[in-house]
Amino acid sequence: MQRVVCRCCDLLQRLPPLPAGGKARCVRCGQTLAVQPADPLDAPLALAIAAAIALAIAYTTPLMSLSVAGREATTTLPGGALAMWHAGNQVTAVVVAFCAVVAPACYVALLLVVLVAVRRPPAPAWVGDAMRWVDRLRPWSMNEVLMLGILVALTKIAQLASVFAGPGLYAMLAVVLLLPAIVSTFDAREVWQRVAWADGTGAGDLAREPAP
Amino acid sequence: MTAHAGSAARAGVVACATCGLALRPAAPMHAGHCPRCSEDLEWRHPHSIQRTWALLLGAAILYVPANLLPVLVTNTLVSSQPDTIMSGVVLLYTTGSWPLALIVLIASVMIPLGKLLALAYVLVTVQRRSVVNLRQRTRLYRTVEFIGRWSMLDVFVDTFVVALVQVSPLMSVEPGPGVVYFMAVVVLTMFAAQSFDPRLIWDAAEAESHADAGGR
Repeated sequence: MQRVVCRCCDLLQRLPPLPAGGKARCVRCGQTLAVQPADPLDAPLALAIAAAIALAIAYTTPLMSLSVAGREATTTLPGGALAMWHAGNQVTAVVVAFCAVVAPACYVALLLVVLVAVRRPPAPAWVGDAMRWVDRLRPWSMNEVLMLGILVALTKIAQLASVFAGPGLYAMLAVVLLLPAIVSTFDAREVWQRVAWADGTGAGDLAREPAP
Repeated sequence: MTAHAGSAARAGVVACATCGLALRPAAPMHAGHCPRCSEDLEWRHPHSIQRTWALLLGAAILYVPANLLPVLVTNTLVSSQPDTIMSGVVLLYTTGSWPLALIVLIASVMIPLGKLLALAYVLVTVQRRSVVNLRQRTRLYRTVEFIGRWSMLDVFVDTFVVALVQVSPLMSVEPGPGVVYFMAVVVLTMFAAQSFDPRLIWDAAEAESHADAGGR
C-alpha cells in the first residue's frame, strides 16, 4: 500500500489499491487524495488534442458580431483584450488576455507536451517543471467563466442592437466541455511515476519503504 | 512542531507540494528540495497567515471603489450613461433577463463579499486556535478556493461589451474606472486563498489532543 499525505489537512494515511474509475478521499477532511482513471494516458491526450484545435479556432475566428442601423462590428477573443487596452484600461487588458488567452493556451500546450513525453518512461526531469506549470495555470485558465461572461455580454448588447454568435463562440463552448473532461481523465500520480527524478536517484520515496 | 498522531508533520513526514511525494527529511529544520521534482519542501506555507491577511485587507479596501465607481460608460448621440456593478445587475433585471441578473449578482457581488468574510473567519479561528468545526472550516476554505475565479465574470462581460459596441458616433461603450479595482479584488482574493495553508486549521486541534494525551 502506498502512503500518502493529505495536502489539505496533512493526515498521513495508507492508500489502498484503487479500482479503475475509483477515487480515494481523505478520511479526516474529505479532500480527494487520488484518482484512478481507466485510461489515464490515451484519453486525456486525445481530449487535449481536440481542445488545442478548438482553442485555435476560438482564438482566430469571430466570437460575435453586431449590427445596428446598417453598421457592423465584430470581435475575436484576443480582440476583446485589445479593445480594453485601446480604451485606456491596460492593466485590465493584460489580466483579461492572460486569463482568457495565454493561460488556457499554455495550459493545453503543456498538457500535450507532458502527455506525449510520459508515453515512454522515464520521461526527462523537465517534464516535472511542465507539470508544475500545469498546476499553477489551472486556476487562471478561466474558459468557463469567460464563456458565461460572453453570453451575459451578448444578452446585454442584444438590448441595444442585433447580435450574432460567430464560429469562435461554438469553438469556445467545445473548449469549455473538453477541459473538465481532460481533468477527470487525467491522473497526476500516474504522470509523476513516469518522470525521472530530478536528483537522478529515485531513492527515499516512502511509497517504496516497508510500512513501519 | 505542534501536531498529533496522524499528522504527517508529527511523524516527520513532509509531502512535496508539487508532486505529492511523501518524504522524511533527514534534517527537519532544513527540509531541502524534493528529490523527484526539485521543489522546495515546506512543512507549512511560510508566513501563511500574515500573507493571507495582507492580501485580504488589500482586497477589502479595493472592494469599496470597485462597487462605487462605474464599470461601464455607455455613450450614444444624446446621452452618456455610467453603470456600476450593482446598477448593471438592476439593468439586466429590469430589461427582463432575471436569470442572468441573478448570475451576475452572485458572481460579482455575493462571491467577492463571501470570499472576504469566509477567509477572514477562517484566519481568525486559526489564530484563536479554535478546535471546533474543523471539517466545516476546511470545506469552507476549499469552496472559497474553488469558486473564487467566477468573480472574474463581470470583468469579461465588460471587456466584450466594450469590444463589440464600437459603432461611434451612434453608440460606444467605454470601460469605467471601477473595472480595474474590481479585477484587482478578484486577483487579490485568489492569491489570498492560495497563500492560506488549510493544514493550519488542523494544527490547533492536533496540539490540543496531543496536550490531552500528555496530561493523562
